[in-house]
This record gives sequence, structure tokens and C-alpha cells, in this order.
Amino acid sequence: MILDTLPEEAAGARTRRRRDRGRDGGSPLVYLIALVVVALTLGPVLFAILGGFRTNAQLAESPAGLPDPWVLRNYEGVVTNPDFWRYALNSTVVAAVTTLLVVVLGLMAAYPLARYRFRGRETLYMVFVVGLLFPATVAIIPLFILVTRDLQMGNTWWGVALPQAAFALPITVVILRPFLMAIPDELEEAAVMDGASRVGFFWRVVVPLSGPAVVTVGVLAFVASWNAYLLPLLLLQDDMKTLPLGVADYSSRYSSDTAGVYAFTTLAMIPALVFFLAMQRRIVGGLQGAVKG
Amino acid sequence: MTVSTGGTTGAATSSAPVAPRPTRRRGQRARTALEVLFFVGPALALFLVFVVWPIVKAVQFSLYRWKGFGPLQDFVGLDNFRNVLQNDVFVDAFTHNMVIVVLSILVQLPLGLAIALLLNRRMRGQGLLRTIIFVPYVLSEVIAGVVWFQLLQPQYGVADSLLDSVGLHGPEQGWLGTPDYALYTVFVVLTWKYLGLAVLLFLAGLQGIPDDVVEAAQMDGASWWQIQWRITIPLIGPTIRIWAFLSMIGSIQLFDMVWILTGGGPANSTTSMATFLVTEGTKRQNYGIAAAASVILFVVALVMALVYQLLVLRRDSHALAAGGLR
Repeated sequence: MILDTLPEEAAGARTRRRRDRGRDGGSPLVYLIALVVVALTLGPVLFAILGGFRTNAQLAESPAGLPDPWVLRNYEGVVTNPDFWRYALNSTVVAAVTTLLVVVLGLMAAYPLARYRFRGRETLYMVFVVGLLFPATVAIIPLFILVTRDLQMGNTWWGVALPQAAFALPITVVILRPFLMAIPDELEEAAVMDGASRVGFFWRVVVPLSGPAVVTVGVLAFVASWNAYLLPLLLLQDDMKTLPLGVADYSSRYSSDTAGVYAFTTLAMIPALVFFLAMQRRIVGGLQGAVKG
Repeated sequence: MTVSTGGTTGAATSSAPVAPRPTRRRGQRARTALEVLFFVGPALALFLVFVVWPIVKAVQFSLYRWKGFGPLQDFVGLDNFRNVLQNDVFVDAFTHNMVIVVLSILVQLPLGLAIALLLNRRMRGQGLLRTIIFVPYVLSEVIAGVVWFQLLQPQYGVADSLLDSVGLHGPEQGWLGTPDYALYTVFVVLTWKYLGLAVLLFLAGLQGIPDDVVEAAQMDGASWWQIQWRITIPLIGPTIRIWAFLSMIGSIQLFDMVWILTGGGPANSTTSMATFLVTEGTKRQNYGIAAAASVILFVVALVMALVYQLLVLRRDSHALAAGGLR
């Protein structure tokens, strides 16, 4: 790197301007390192996808080889497995309900915390902020008892979605509040002039305006729910399981059927991959936004 | 803002009449209170029932010997805490958490920073590269764990066969089956999963640095290394500090990956505080012990967060807000 850069330093201001962030294209070394990073990152995923196209005999003979011949049987087995679709449905519903709850309740809560003036506002806000410090892990045992015994919601979609939404609320409120604070006062004054109440202002102006922020917190909540393991593990059994539980189950029940496990896992990761990669900017943006406060 | 007086209450956002009569003002205040209740109430209720209440119960459970049936009546004071803290399995689990905390910072920080610095240039395919780096992060720990579990299987696994092909040999019981290696193997898988997040956050920080700062340094004859070391890295300090914080908090709560890869074994060599408390609670029905362990986990996380806040994050604003990212 340094050897590459030094001669250029001497080459004059013209080159310097052009290479504000390093040279166009980068050096071969950079590409080589990038290639290694890509290989290490994607390697395991590719092995899983390709492994699904092989037979267990192939896998045993040369674990790191390519499919020869390609077999579709493993994937067919998963696609025709009703359990797989059942788990996918459960994951989708739980994540959707969680996201909906978080977005609706979070936006409603953030609104007065951002734009009303009343005694105790900051205290109320701090209640949510302190919630950031409580991981679900800490409360998992009482939560299990609360949901299964007191509320009789064990093994239901709601039983998982409600606590998940509750634990996602703090970060949601913390991200949304500054966003709502930034809505110009002039807009509110104009709305009031036109006879809107503050509740009317919320429905007609705040909700439509907060689209981008809502998408960010919504995606974060959806990701967390879709990937969640511990809470569903304790609360959901049998045909109520979500995909992570199903994958873990399948993997331990048929651990000798490596090819089958690869196929099941691959198909389980596809919806997540497609959705998350499409939302990549939002996810990273949301994380950064939260980092900045 | 907490001390806003009655005079400003409610008047701030509405176009209040010039001289409102007291009754009118009281009516407005009641209306504000009602609206606040309407908007914040549902969220607050959900939060109180599913976050605050279980945590209060965890503290309560930790003071009782309770197997999950019948009333809570066998009050044992701090016995559960004494039990947990004298339990070798828990102490080891705590140590494992700490090993992961320290290793994450020592390994992932330099590695992530190096990759981010290398990629922070105009190069072909950078967008694609970032997307690829992000892939492991979006997979759930379970999926990542199940795939790696298969890859790491002794004999039939891809990892060992690749090692064989270059003349090295993995341990006979497999990387995850050998007590001396298992924890470090879990750490490698965690690094694979979470390095991408570090790289992306660092890259975003780097790209927020104004070009002219770097250009000015180049004008003054600074080398590439000098620029990175003296200018860019210090400038993304806040991002690095927040990332380290998130990483620490995440490592303290480590559960999914361990549960999938090893279940805490072999010979308890990969347990974490969270796997300990889940095992005690759900498998052995020792709810009191599990609750005590969870309170300890929380206190450890809190102390770490506060110390870090005091020592490191103090200069960055809104650091607390980042705590919820994990």
C-alpha cells in the first residue's frame, strides 16, 4: 500500500486531487484482500447452498467438493415438507405482528414525548431510555411464567409478539423522538390555524411525514423478531415453531442427513436474505442513526 | 423541561388566546393530560407488563427457593446468589463471557478497521462488496450456527477436509468437541457473523470524514499510514467506541450461538451466563437460582455499561441511546 502511494505523492497536485479517497480502482493488493474477505464471508453460505444439491454420499466422499451430479431431492424434500411452510408462516405472522405493534405504539408514544410540553415529560421519556439497558435475557424466566401461566398465551403468536414488541419499544421511541422533534413548528402552527387539533395534526401530518423513520424502526423490529431464538424457544412448541426453531430442530433430529440440513437451512435463509438485502440501507441507516442518538 | 410551569403547559403548541381564564387553562391542562395518556398509555402499558414486571419478578424470584409450583414462600435471602457465585459452572460461564468480550475487541476491532480502511476508496464493485459483507449479519444466529455446525463436523466437515488438503489436521473430536478449542471455535463463528457489522459501521464513519481534511494532510506530505493513524481513525473514534460498547453488551448476553453450536459443552467448556440460567430455569426448574443468575447478568452488564460510559463514552453525546442496539 505504502509503496504504491509514495511515488504518487511526488507526482504533483493534479494526481492528489483525483485520489481523494485512494486511487481509482485501488491496487491489486486491495483487490486480493477484498477477494479473501468475500471468500471467507460467502464460503460457508455457498457450501450450505451447494451442499443441498449433493447427496450425503457425495458429502462424505469429498466434503468440500462440488455437486456431481446435481440432485434436487433434498430441496424437493424441504419444499414439500408442510412443517417448513408452517414454520415460515409462524415466523412471518409473529414478525409482522411485532413490527405492527412496535411501529404503531412507538410512534404514538414518541409524539407527545417529542412535541408536547407537560410536567414529567422527560421522566416519562427516561423510563423508556432506561429500558434500553434491560435485555430480554434477564427477564426470560419470569416472562416465560407470565406468558404461559398468568396470561395463558404460551404457544401462541401473540404470546411471542407482545413481549418482543415491548422489548423493541425503547429503541423505537429513542429513534423516533428526535425525528418527530425535527418536524418544523411552522407546520404545526399552520395546521392549528386551519383548525386542526394536536390529535388531528398527528394523524394528518406526523404520520405521513414519519414514513422513513417508521420504515427504519419497523425493519429493525422485523429483523430482531425474524431472527429471535431464545423467547420462541421457551414459548413455542410443535406446529407453532418459528423458522429458527424449525432449523435448529431439523438439524438436531436429522443431524446425520447433512445434505438435508443444508437444504432446509438454505431455504430458511432465503426470505430473510432477500428482504434484508433489499432493506440493507435502512438497516445500516437505522443502526447508525441509533449510534448517533 | 421537567420543570415547565403551569403557565407554559399546553400553551406552547396551540395558539392560546391572549389572556386565558384560569378555568380554561385548567381545562387545557386536563386535555393535554388526556391526550398524553391516549398516546403514551398503550406503549407504557405494554412496556410495564412485559419488561418492567418480569424484571421485578426476576429480582423477587432470586430471593426464594422455588421449583415453579405452589406459592412463593421459601424465602432464602441471598442464598441463591451465594449458590450461584460459588457454582463453578457459573463462574466458568462468566469467564467465558469475559473471554468473548475481550477477544471481540482485540480481534474484531483491528480486523474490522483494517478491512474498512482498505475498502474506503473508490474501487470497482464496492457496493457489491458491502452487500456481501453484510450477509452473515442478516442471517439469524441459529442459521449461521447450524451451517457452521455442519461445516465443523469432524471427518465429514468441510473445514477439516480443507485443512487436510493443506496437510493440517483438525482435532479428532472436532473443533467444537474438544474442550480446549471449543470456546475459541465459537468465537471464530461469532466473528464471522459480526465482523460485517463492524466493517459497515466503520466504513460509514470513514465516509463521513470531509475530503478536505485528508487532502490538507496530503498537501502537508503525510503518508497514507500517517493519515489513517493520525486523522481518520481518531475522527471515527465515536463510531469505534459505540461499536465496542455494542459488542460488549452483546457478548455478555451470548446465548443463541452457544446453544446451537455446543449447548454449552463439551464438559461445560463453552457455557455462558445466559445458557446457565436457561438450563437452570427450564431444564432443572431451579427458578430461584436462574433468577439470581439473571440478576447477576444484569448487574454485570449495568456495571460494564456505567464504567464504559464514565471512562470512555463520556465525551460522546447520546451514548446511552446506543445501548438498545443489542
